[in-house]
Amino acid sequence: MSALATEFTVAPTLPKWAAPVLVLIIAYGVVPFVGTSYLFEAILLPFLALSLAGLGLNILTGYAGQLSLGSAAFMAAGAFAAYNFNLRVEGLPLVGSIILSGLVAAGIGIVFGLPSLRLRGFYLAVSTLAAQFFVQWALTKFSWFSNNSSSGVIDAPTLSIGGIVFSGAAGRYLFSLTIVTVITFLAYRLVISQTGRNFIAVRDNETAARIIGVPVLRTKLLAFAISSFIIGVAGVLWAFAYLRTVEPAGFNLDRSFQILFIIIIGGLASIRGAFFGAALIVVFPLVLARLGSFLLGDIFDSGVLDMSQRIVLGALIILFLILEPDGLVSLWDRIRRRLGSALRLTRR
Amino acid sequence: MSMANYAFEVSQTSAYAPEILEGLSSAERRDDAASAPVRDESDLSTGLALEDINLSFGGVVALAGVDLSIKAGEIRAIIGPNGAGKSSLINVISGVYRPERGHVVLNGVRYAQVPTQKLAHLGVARTFQNLALFKGLSVLDNVVAGRAHTVRSSFAGQIVGTPLSRRERRDSYDRAIQILDFLHLGGVRDRLAGTLPYGLQKRVELARALVAEPRLLLLDEPMAGMTATEKSEMASFIRAARDRFGMTVVLIEHDVGVVMELSDRIAVLDYGLKIADATPAEIRSDQRVIDAYLGVVSENEDGGGI
Repeated sequence: MSALATEFTVAPTLPKWAAPVLVLIIAYGVVPFVGTSYLFEAILLPFLALSLAGLGLNILTGYAGQLSLGSAAFMAAGAFAAYNFNLRVEGLPLVGSIILSGLVAAGIGIVFGLPSLRLRGFYLAVSTLAAQFFVQWALTKFSWFSNNSSSGVIDAPTLSIGGIVFSGAAGRYLFSLTIVTVITFLAYRLVISQTGRNFIAVRDNETAARIIGVPVLRTKLLAFAISSFIIGVAGVLWAFAYLRTVEPAGFNLDRSFQILFIIIIGGLASIRGAFFGAALIVVFPLVLARLGSFLLGDIFDSGVLDMSQRIVLGALIILFLILEPDGLVSLWDRIRRRLGSALRLTRR
Repeated sequence: MSMANYAFEVSQTSAYAPEILEGLSSAERRDDAASAPVRDESDLSTGLALEDINLSFGGVVALAGVDLSIKAGEIRAIIGPNGAGKSSLINVISGVYRPERGHVVLNGVRYAQVPTQKLAHLGVARTFQNLALFKGLSVLDNVVAGRAHTVRSSFAGQIVGTPLSRRERRDSYDRAIQILDFLHLGGVRDRLAGTLPYGLQKRVELARALVAEPRLLLLDEPMAGMTATEKSEMASFIRAARDRFGMTVVLIEHDVGVVMELSDRIAVLDYGLKIADATPAEIRSDQRVIDAYLGVVSENEDGGGI
């Protein structure tokens, strides 16, 4: 037993908060100064928005065990709610409309989470499709949501927090980074709390959870609410900071699947998993495009690229489900453990 | 209000009517709990009673008119052959099943169906025949989860870390660690529950039930699939827990030897009927019990004796 324990104590030299703090120092202190606008626009902004969406879905699916295919709907709800709050409520600061839009998404999440009280697994996933189709339909059907714009596409407002305006790609990156950091920290606090434990209890054994006094129904709806809140804010970032426009078509079922793949590849029930998965999903198509045009030249046009992306991504997901069901996070931890023990060996 | 709705509400009210009475007795009960941390020998009032419980699954009778009266602080075993209705009985007591007829009396309150979601508040904890641990949580967190019913702080309070949530958190962890040490599980505290050997998982489940500080502990085959050593270990843990916390224990077990040692009284079920309810010594010499369960098969092979 003790032998086991010593084998698994990984590099006790670094405290747990060291890695995130280091990442934050680089993200705030280095990246804004050295990053190109391509890095911000094509990689970091979509990465941050998708990470946040993945984080939201991971709370619902990874921690609380409720499968959902409605993520893009909650993103759309958040984006359009923020747009309308910003447009229609005089003097409301942007942070205010972001929080309110998160609450709107949470409300919609609770409504479409109600079937979870009766349904499980795939049946629940199918019922969350209703959210996907309904929200998209409502946003297209009622032009009030897009302020009667003829194309349905609307421009995002300028980003500012407390009077500081975040303009340019680097500014929008810092804006997104700040929101993602704050929400990630709060989400971390949540998953290590009794409520987070209740989520896992409901996921792992609903009957036992009910018997020990976990309010199962309330816990499920709370998971839907919190998850949708976060995904809604991610939708705001996606529309306001990344695309700079808001249109319903960007929040289709493909997006929902993309977010689900992010957490499957990254690692279910893990905060880091959402970031790992989002990084892969964002970087991977770019790498593939570069690689394709480098190797195959002109034959590798956008059509081929799109097709090959789908094929490789599909293959990747299958591989992950079989070889590494716990996702990139567990792969990462294993590599780190190996490196750690290798380092210690060489030091001796 | 539509007729259907009305009927539904009436049935709800009647099923949960005991809750109205609950408020009356709760103050009194809290006194009990505070003044008697050690088992009070003079208080031999009924801890749990079943009145004429009937339950069937699509024509198969699981329980037929079962009466049972269990004194507070007693260890009561329920034995019987497979399919005798033992687990059904535990599921009726814990509200997982609703009996077709009859009542469960808990803390002096009669229930048509025990409200499962309030079970922990009513001072009842249970374990399951098939392991029902939270595999994704560590052993410690599994046991801490057993305090879920005591949590008053909201999720927002827990995120922010209000004094109430911090106090609750510390309290739950302290109690969980005490229970783990009590059951000699301190060494595996940080392991994922799903990775432990079967016997230890059973013990973690007992720890999760004990940490809730129940007044009634229901154990559904706590020693199933264990080796003889593990069984006697588990039996001594159950006895020690009863002696220390003074709760009533109802347990189902197949191993008659262990049961005879452990229990104060034994009830025997056979085909949903209670055929005996006595001390271990009396059970050992009860002819009907021997026929149904303990003893020789020869004369009953044609089913004539049953």
